[in-house]
Amino acid sequence: MNRKYQITISAIAVALLTACAAPMPSGADLDKLTQDILGRSFRDQGQAKLDRLSPDEDNRLCDESERTGVALDDKLTAQIEARNMKTIKAPADGKYLGDFKEGEKVAQSGAGKTWTDKADSVNGGNCYNCHRISKEELSYGTLGPSLYNYGKIRGVTNPSSAEAKPIVEYTWGKLQNARAYNACSNMPRFAHKGILTEAQIKNVMALLLDPASPVNK
Amino acid sequence: MTVNAVETQMKKLIFALGLIGLSAAAFAQKSSTDSIAEYRQMLQDGNPADLFEAKGEDLWKQKRGPKNASLEKCDLGKGAGVFKGAWVELPRYFSDTGRVQDLESRLVTCMQELQGFNAEEIAKTPFGRGEQSNVTALATWISAESKGMKFNLSQSHIEERKMYEVGKRLFFLRGGSHDFSCATCHSQDDKRIRLQDLPNLTQNPGAGAGFGAWPAYRVSNGQMWGAQLRLNDCYRQQRFPYPLFGSDATIALGVYMGVNGKGGEAIAPAIKR
Repeated sequence: MNRKYQITISAIAVALLTACAAPMPSGADLDKLTQDILGRSFRDQGQAKLDRLSPDEDNRLCDESERTGVALDDKLTAQIEARNMKTIKAPADGKYLGDFKEGEKVAQSGAGKTWTDKADSVNGGNCYNCHRISKEELSYGTLGPSLYNYGKIRGVTNPSSAEAKPIVEYTWGKLQNARAYNACSNMPRFAHKGILTEAQIKNVMALLLDPASPVNK
Repeated sequence: MTVNAVETQMKKLIFALGLIGLSAAAFAQKSSTDSIAEYRQMLQDGNPADLFEAKGEDLWKQKRGPKNASLEKCDLGKGAGVFKGAWVELPRYFSDTGRVQDLESRLVTCMQELQGFNAEEIAKTPFGRGEQSNVTALATWISAESKGMKFNLSQSHIEERKMYEVGKRLFFLRGGSHDFSCATCHSQDDKRIRLQDLPNLTQNPGAGAGFGAWPAYRVSNGQMWGAQLRLNDCYRQQRFPYPLFGSDATIALGVYMGVNGKGGEAIAPAIKR
């Protein structure tokens, strides 16, 4: 075979191999490529800084489980829940419930923490975006379960009673950091991530648990 | 479309907006899909996007920029100057730039190469201003030229397959102050935020109908939004930092949703809440 012909054939073979048979990177390489792309695709804007993309082990595990459809094993689930449980703090003054009318305002508001919100503005809880809460508000989302009659269904007639204590403490914990109870919950970690203040969480507690709240009518 | 036809459409729109204003209370209590279907019916076949479409077509043919050239030789993936059917195959890999590009980033490449505009400057321009508003109009017209066709993104080039895998990872990536990912809202059927229906973008029909609706005219703010601005505002609401225009993250998400929407019918430019 003539040499020139051979070189041409080899060049074609190489080109074909590159085009058709370039191997797909491994899952780990694709994870790394994703991190590289993430690192060069965003910039700071207002209060939304690049540190909001910092790796979070709880999120990494949940993301992978949801992407692949493979449920987290019991050990990892327990680890995530334990890590998040440690962030939950009881109210400083021992009082769990505030004012349900103020709680309704927190539940209604979806403001806060975006790059168009002022860093010192009051954040909302976005609650109605995902949950039905009071009977009167018809514009509610369906990503989360209905919370209508939340306290009533759970038999809370006096939130400061001993019988109500477990449900009061659970609700408090859930609002502070939902992932202490459900490793991959979609609910924001309101206290842990500094979204709502302790006083705001108390007001939402009252909205859900105060027998006088419209939620329990 | 002629200028007169556009004016007639606008008159219909103004009339329809008036009616909606009168029935605002009723509007709030219906599902958004029902209300928008009603709104479309009131407009009959009119959509304010028509205005942007007409502007986009003019911009394509007009000699502009430092090189005083039109975009008529722009290669959107199907060869120089071919715009019919280009949009339903985007994003795709382009060998001249060595990148997977979506419609908007590809238009900016053409504006730089053919007309002499500075791509970096356009990418930095806020949406709706200067050349960015021209990119939106061009994208509106190009997408309209694929109306009724089926999404058919290529996955034959390895870079396209890598971008799909990266897009999938980004779709499920929780971040920001609220731990929201795209999947938080867009990975289940028949869910809504408040009254707004949420398309499931992980499969059809949601992926084709949802992602494939942009560019769209937004009734709530009277603006024409391209896919880049749609993604930008999703990330804003997810409390992420600011995604750069035409960045690989936004394009990878476009590949992921576009491939998931394969076979779905192109309805852009659509009309949205």
